[in-house]
Amino acid sequence: MIKFTHVTKSYKSNIGLDDVCITINKGDFVFLVGPSGAGKSTFIKLILKEIDAEKGTIRVNEREVTKLSNRQISDHRRNIGIVFQDFRLLPNKTVFENVAFAMEITHQSKRAIRRQVPQVLSLMGISSKSDKYPDELSAGEQQRVAIARAIINKPTVLIADEPTGNLDPDTAWEIMRLLDMINQRGTTILMVTHAKDIVDKMKKRVVAIDKGQIVRDDYGTYGYTDTCIRSPEDKAIFNKAEGLAREDD
Amino acid sequence: MINRLGYTLKQAFRQIYRNRAMSLASIFAITAMLLILGLFFILIINVNMAAESVKSDYNTIEIWLLDKTGTDDIETMVDGIKEWNDVTTVEFRSKEDALTILKERWGESGYLLDGLQKNPLPNSIIVTVADIEKSAAVAVKAESLEGIEGVKYYKDTVDKLIRITNGMQLAAIVIMVFLVIVSVVVVANTIKLTVFARSDEITIMKYVGATNWFIRGPFLAEGIMIGMISALVSVGLVGFIYSKVHATIGTELVTILSAPLVPIGFMVTNLFWIFIALGISIGSWGSIVSMRKFLDT
Repeated sequence: MIKFTHVTKSYKSNIGLDDVCITINKGDFVFLVGPSGAGKSTFIKLILKEIDAEKGTIRVNEREVTKLSNRQISDHRRNIGIVFQDFRLLPNKTVFENVAFAMEITHQSKRAIRRQVPQVLSLMGISSKSDKYPDELSAGEQQRVAIARAIINKPTVLIADEPTGNLDPDTAWEIMRLLDMINQRGTTILMVTHAKDIVDKMKKRVVAIDKGQIVRDDYGTYGYTDTCIRSPEDKAIFNKAEGLAREDD
Repeated sequence: MINRLGYTLKQAFRQIYRNRAMSLASIFAITAMLLILGLFFILIINVNMAAESVKSDYNTIEIWLLDKTGTDDIETMVDGIKEWNDVTTVEFRSKEDALTILKERWGESGYLLDGLQKNPLPNSIIVTVADIEKSAAVAVKAESLEGIEGVKYYKDTVDKLIRITNGMQLAAIVIMVFLVIVSVVVVANTIKLTVFARSDEITIMKYVGATNWFIRGPFLAEGIMIGMISALVSVGLVGFIYSKVHATIGTELVTILSAPLVPIGFMVTNLFWIFIALGISIGSWGSIVSMRKFLDT
């Protein structure tokens, strides 16, 4: 579970997040949308504690992120899988080693690594690429490796920062199916995206951020010019209203 | 723990191999610096040795005696001087011996002295001092003795020698310190380049949840290995160059300066340990310092 309570973060020249409150429950699949510079990256960086919030509290899996020590940060990040638009694989390691690396840092045994890495690679459909280096793979394959690395330690949360941004539509859909499958297995997924067609088709929870504020939080389609929802109370009212509206339909 | 060490070393070997070009660049930089340092070190040691040996040629004081001073008085005088501080040997030299020595020194022109009707040289007492810097004090003391004609020592030469050797030692220290600083800066920058080339890698490791020491370990081991390789290469090179120099001008130097070169074996063994220590510290320090920036977040 991820819970932001009145979180504010500003930069020298502009605002990152302004008094944001949001709860993402365990098992949710959330699309984070919004124009560039709206605060999406700030949102993710705060979860990973790459940056610190000025005000407010951030809880991830009952852990108060804002109060983590340096040593605890690495521990915290091991419980969060992360996938980037540009894959960020280690260029000097093979596919197997890239995925195994995430297990090595948690000091898991060689036996466990030899057993689990092939399983995950097979789940991602890239078993045959095990000995290849990242530059020998297609973009889609690289993203599968990145996802394999992100989920190998069975994180409770998977953050995907525009994971389909560099992919052609067909490959993008393959990646979305994999993410959906991971979500079905109980992992919370927070995906930043600009891909309208994907959001529209997936029919998941959509959280829109603009100018550092959450401007929309509901289920359905892409868009970020909707009702302004700020406090949990407002949101409850909004959800209730929406529920009534659906009943009317 | 052993597992961790194994992992770190394995990663370090891999990194060196897979980043061959950068590893080579670092090895070249450290080797070049150690080579310059080593050759300079050898030069300084040899110059110092030569200076010391030249100094030892000038550590004597001649006390010229009056002809009327009798043998008994001379013996008492010799025994007395032996008790002084800073005196190593005291020896009586008769005027005849002095003339023979002078003839020898003049070499082929020595026959000129055969024409002398009377030996003009005095009897003398030759005093050697332990430390050339003490000769002035001993000379002053000798001047107060009875029955002497005068005291001769190489005052100007001694003063000059002391000034020159002290100056040389100071210059050597300054240049060595300067060279060490330059080499550390160059090496730190080279390592910084290799770390910078892999800053993405470090960022990814941080994202996946690696601790700082987990990331640093392989880099540190890599730095140490590169330092050690460079140390071995440069000791080999310095030893090779020195042995060539030794073979070419070693004997000539003995005749010119009457000072032999420092033996190769002695030099190389000492340099080996100094370089290993320097190489390891430069390598490890360089990698830790240059990684600091990337490990902040």
